[in-house]
Amino acid sequence: MKVKSTTAKIGDWIFVILCVLISLICVIPMINLLARSLSGTDYLVRHEVYLLPKGLNFEAYKTVLSDPKYIRAFFYTVALTIVSTLVSLFMTTICAYPLIFPQLKGRNFVNVMITITMFFNAGTIPNYLLIQKLGMLDHPIVLVLPYCLSVYNMIIMRSFFYGIPDSLRESAEIDGATFFRILWSIYVPLSKPVMATLALFYAVGRWNGYSDALMYVKKSEYYPLQLLLYNILNNINSVEVATQEGFSTPGLSESLKAAIVMFSTIPILCIYPFLQKYFIHGVMVGAVKE
Amino acid sequence: MSGANKKHGPSRFEVYLSKYWQLYVLLFLPVLYLIVFKYIPMIYVQIAFKKYSIIQSVWEMPWAKNHGMQYFIQAFSNPDFRRALRNTVCLNLLDLVVGFPIPIIFALILNEIVFTKFKKVVQTITYMPHFLSWVIIYGLALQLFAPSTGLINMLITALGGETVPFLNDTTHWVWTYIFLGVWQSFGWNSIVYLAAIAGINSELYEAASVDGAGRFQKMWHITLPGIKPTIVILLIMAIGNIVGSGFDRPFALQNNLVMSWAEVLSTYVYRYGIKGLQFSLTTAVGLFQSVVGVIFLLTANTLSRKLGERGLW
Repeated sequence: MKVKSTTAKIGDWIFVILCVLISLICVIPMINLLARSLSGTDYLVRHEVYLLPKGLNFEAYKTVLSDPKYIRAFFYTVALTIVSTLVSLFMTTICAYPLIFPQLKGRNFVNVMITITMFFNAGTIPNYLLIQKLGMLDHPIVLVLPYCLSVYNMIIMRSFFYGIPDSLRESAEIDGATFFRILWSIYVPLSKPVMATLALFYAVGRWNGYSDALMYVKKSEYYPLQLLLYNILNNINSVEVATQEGFSTPGLSESLKAAIVMFSTIPILCIYPFLQKYFIHGVMVGAVKE
Repeated sequence: MSGANKKHGPSRFEVYLSKYWQLYVLLFLPVLYLIVFKYIPMIYVQIAFKKYSIIQSVWEMPWAKNHGMQYFIQAFSNPDFRRALRNTVCLNLLDLVVGFPIPIIFALILNEIVFTKFKKVVQTITYMPHFLSWVIIYGLALQLFAPSTGLINMLITALGGETVPFLNDTTHWVWTYIFLGVWQSFGWNSIVYLAAIAGINSELYEAASVDGAGRFQKMWHITLPGIKPTIVILLIMAIGNIVGSGFDRPFALQNNLVMSWAEVLSTYVYRYGIKGLQFSLTTAVGLFQSVVGVIFLLTANTLSRKLGERGLW
């Protein structure tokens, strides 16, 4: 290795400091929120809470966790996320796999069909009218089916499949394996990184999505957590909320809101770092092949 | 034909099918999905040119006045629509000017980091906001920017300044909106550039070092030209999206006090269409957005090819 000059070393450290500052901008809002959710009411009202909680207490979290409305919405959204992730992964796989066979007749037709949908979207209202016609309004299935196949994710998976050597597939074909069998015993096991990446994308999309529920679901028992959170933050049905949770002091409601936001963020913050090594690879496959 | 074939064994088509039928079985559901959820709505697009009625099918609905253009004329003479269009274009342009270069600069900074572990930690932290929903970011912003109790205003008052109405005054709201957009996406968007940088031939850097090039000269003469194709592709896509707008971000962040600058086309369509039941008008607005988007995309692509770049295709 070459020996670095002093100026070059100083330069390296300047970039490190820059990165530390940028990272701080990313985490400070979360730390502030956590501090506020754990702080005593009086300290919040007196403007004394910066990045560390003052008057540490878990009242806000106790209120959230003892309210059946949040717990129900939480588990409902978890179930919804698991189901729609599994359905989406299944659909993405069975769409990507046949399209890697060059000898498949009609492959170009399907590819063109897919490409058109990337450039032209019918729009909000035609989609809404379709959902209405299918009779799916106000049914939880509307939060699973309409977005169960993302063309972009399908392309990422297809690129990954292309990267698996054809010889593996061909030798299995010679041994008499069916195409179902080849998919299940060769492609799926070899595609763990891309499966993990796309599972994360689909799961985060479902966990974070609220606009489809806002448009298609009117019954509040089918609201996913994010829509419930949106309504709470905007004090929609505030009279009902106030009497149910006994928001007596304004300070409690602030730390309670902070606690509810934390409560609906934690699942993502818990799983995301573990999947990071997979998804960077997945994103790059998509970016390079585009 | 088929009778003749049966005598001479199965036809070529039958042989083909007996080998490949499983692939068609697999493709059946995805194709069905595309037809139902992507192509049938395209049939409904004609509602933009027709007078909507609940009891008739799309084919039976009568054509709108002015050779079917009634709802487009109505949209453009509606001040709310013109305002939403202006806001969409302005906010997207600001996003482009402010938000587009930042991931590139961040990727360049990250590329200079020599400590691998530290780099990984920075990446984990800066990608994190991408995984937060816009409702959560709105919740964060409410706490952070609250007029008197928020962290930022507490700091401003502690330093002797006046509290700033970040979310309740139109000008401040616009900048808060842009800032939050950058905050959420800059880390994630830098991944593509980092991938492009990783693909640059390292011999170029070595040769430049031998010639005595400094850090910034290498950035300017090797890294930036190396990732130029990626930059151009993403720029074309951003230009294609100049009248498009996501729904989640503007809808979550807007409030009644700032609506004159916060209402964009997607939220306008929601309010007038799904809430206000003006289906023909809002379908027309959606079609306008799609068509203008495609035109912008094609124009940007043609321009970039004329200028000697590769373009999208």
